[in-house]
Amino acid sequence: MRGPTTLETAEDNWQTEMGAAFPGERAVYRGKDLFTELSDISWFKLIMLGITGKSFTDAQIKLFEAIQVITVSYPDPKLWNNRIASLSASARATGILGTTAAIACSEAKIYGNQANIVAIDFIRRAKLSIKNNHDISEFVIKDLKKNRAIGGYGRPIIHHDERIKPLLKRAKELELAGGPHVKLAFEIDQFLSSSRYKLNLNASGLSAALMADQGFDYREYYYATMLAFSAGIIPCYIDAANHKEGTFFPLSCNRLNYTGHGTRHW
Amino acid sequence: MSELKEKISTEIWYEVAEEDNSFAAKKSYCSGYDVYGDLLGKVTWAEYIYLLFKLEKPKPWQSSLLESIAVAIANPGPRDLSVRGAMNGGVGGSTAASCLMAALAPGAGKNGGAREVYQVMRLWQQCQFDLTLWQQKLSNYEDEQTVEVWPASEHSPGFDPYGASCSTPVLQTLDHLTNIYSEGALAYLSTNRTKLEHFADCPLTMTGVIAAAFTDLELNDDQAEMLFLLLRLPGAAVHSLEQKKLGWRKYPFFGDKLTLTDDPASKDTNQPLQKIS
Repeated sequence: MRGPTTLETAEDNWQTEMGAAFPGERAVYRGKDLFTELSDISWFKLIMLGITGKSFTDAQIKLFEAIQVITVSYPDPKLWNNRIASLSASARATGILGTTAAIACSEAKIYGNQANIVAIDFIRRAKLSIKNNHDISEFVIKDLKKNRAIGGYGRPIIHHDERIKPLLKRAKELELAGGPHVKLAFEIDQFLSSSRYKLNLNASGLSAALMADQGFDYREYYYATMLAFSAGIIPCYIDAANHKEGTFFPLSCNRLNYTGHGTRHW
Repeated sequence: MSELKEKISTEIWYEVAEEDNSFAAKKSYCSGYDVYGDLLGKVTWAEYIYLLFKLEKPKPWQSSLLESIAVAIANPGPRDLSVRGAMNGGVGGSTAASCLMAALAPGAGKNGGAREVYQVMRLWQQCQFDLTLWQQKLSNYEDEQTVEVWPASEHSPGFDPYGASCSTPVLQTLDHLTNIYSEGALAYLSTNRTKLEHFADCPLTMTGVIAAAFTDLELNDDQAEMLFLLLRLPGAAVHSLEQKKLGWRKYPFFGDKLTLTDDPASKDTNQPLQKIS
């Protein structure tokens, strides 16, 4: 048994490189003075510095922003996470409660942050394993059989992903579309879409490949995209707050399809 | 012909509308029982929670076990990470829901939280009553998923990585729950506790006891994770309200207890400041 020694050492003792506030004086962010060294930095650049401790070129930052703008900023309240913000507003809860609950649920499996990390893990493993075109089918089918899905390929609602074209165009404009992970992602797309599995590269897959080409592993990618959905979520809250209370897709009693036990007494 | 309307499929809940308003329920049935016409006044809270999760009426020992679990974990106390989250909300005057959300986040974790209960539930499914399997799993615990949103495990779930010995409340809870049901996981845990602690190299903790109890209640891993989150909220609620009333001046701020190890103020002042924007 290790016992409480670790906790005793940590009591009233937090060592950190991340930063600190010195009230009435200054603030430090990742080793830099917030007021003198970072006062004119863009918010997104600051977040990326906070997450990675690294500074990025303007083109890289624009790519990261484009991924979030193009792939997950849909202010459509039908989308499951956005709908939580709309429901919160319709119930007249606060904007931050609705937004943060929606962000928390963006950590979803069929879309969102859980799907994203699976996608970047897949393309990074694929890059390490696949040496030539011949290897693609073997690697992909093995992975598909093991995990019953391929991260970054396929889509729950429709097969075609309308976000691929604009995201790729933007990445090309920034001259950041030519990396090995992106190239491989499209080669796998060619194989999978023409196979009996009929799976196409989706926006999560392309985003993952673009980020992998910028050196992101799955954990850094996860941190970098934790707030990604917020631009779509917030307008959904505001929209429902501006409508009459309780009017966001109300459901009457007969909208329940009950499949359970028949009526009985306790 | 009108368009077919989308519906919510559920085996839990059925409603009959009021004659004058299709959006108001006249009768609500939970797994066939009339909630307001039959259950209300007859069932205890624990019985109703059991019914909601399991869709069947509990046997007396099952409701008794669930009620004792609910008491045991209702308030982990103000030093617990989840309750501290809630108090941070309260002390700053945050909204009530945000205080509970602030309890749910740390209370969800793999270190003493609901994900740890989930992990122990998985261990019960995998090891059952096979001590050799428990030894294999606990002596070198590995996460089932290597790529997941949760941080990697740092200890064998169900055991306290910083414990010196099994704490008295954990032992008291284990004893009490085992007395209610002595034929399953709880009994096995009571009998083999010291061996399992030896395998994990840590003393048993509350998540381990509760997961055994949830196993005896035949909850699945997802249900156990959810119910653990739910049942620990009362303590978070009241401690958050208490700190809201007392105010931030009486609440720890750790003012001079943080050491900044990368401070530009302590760097060579002759070096020009580097802008990165």
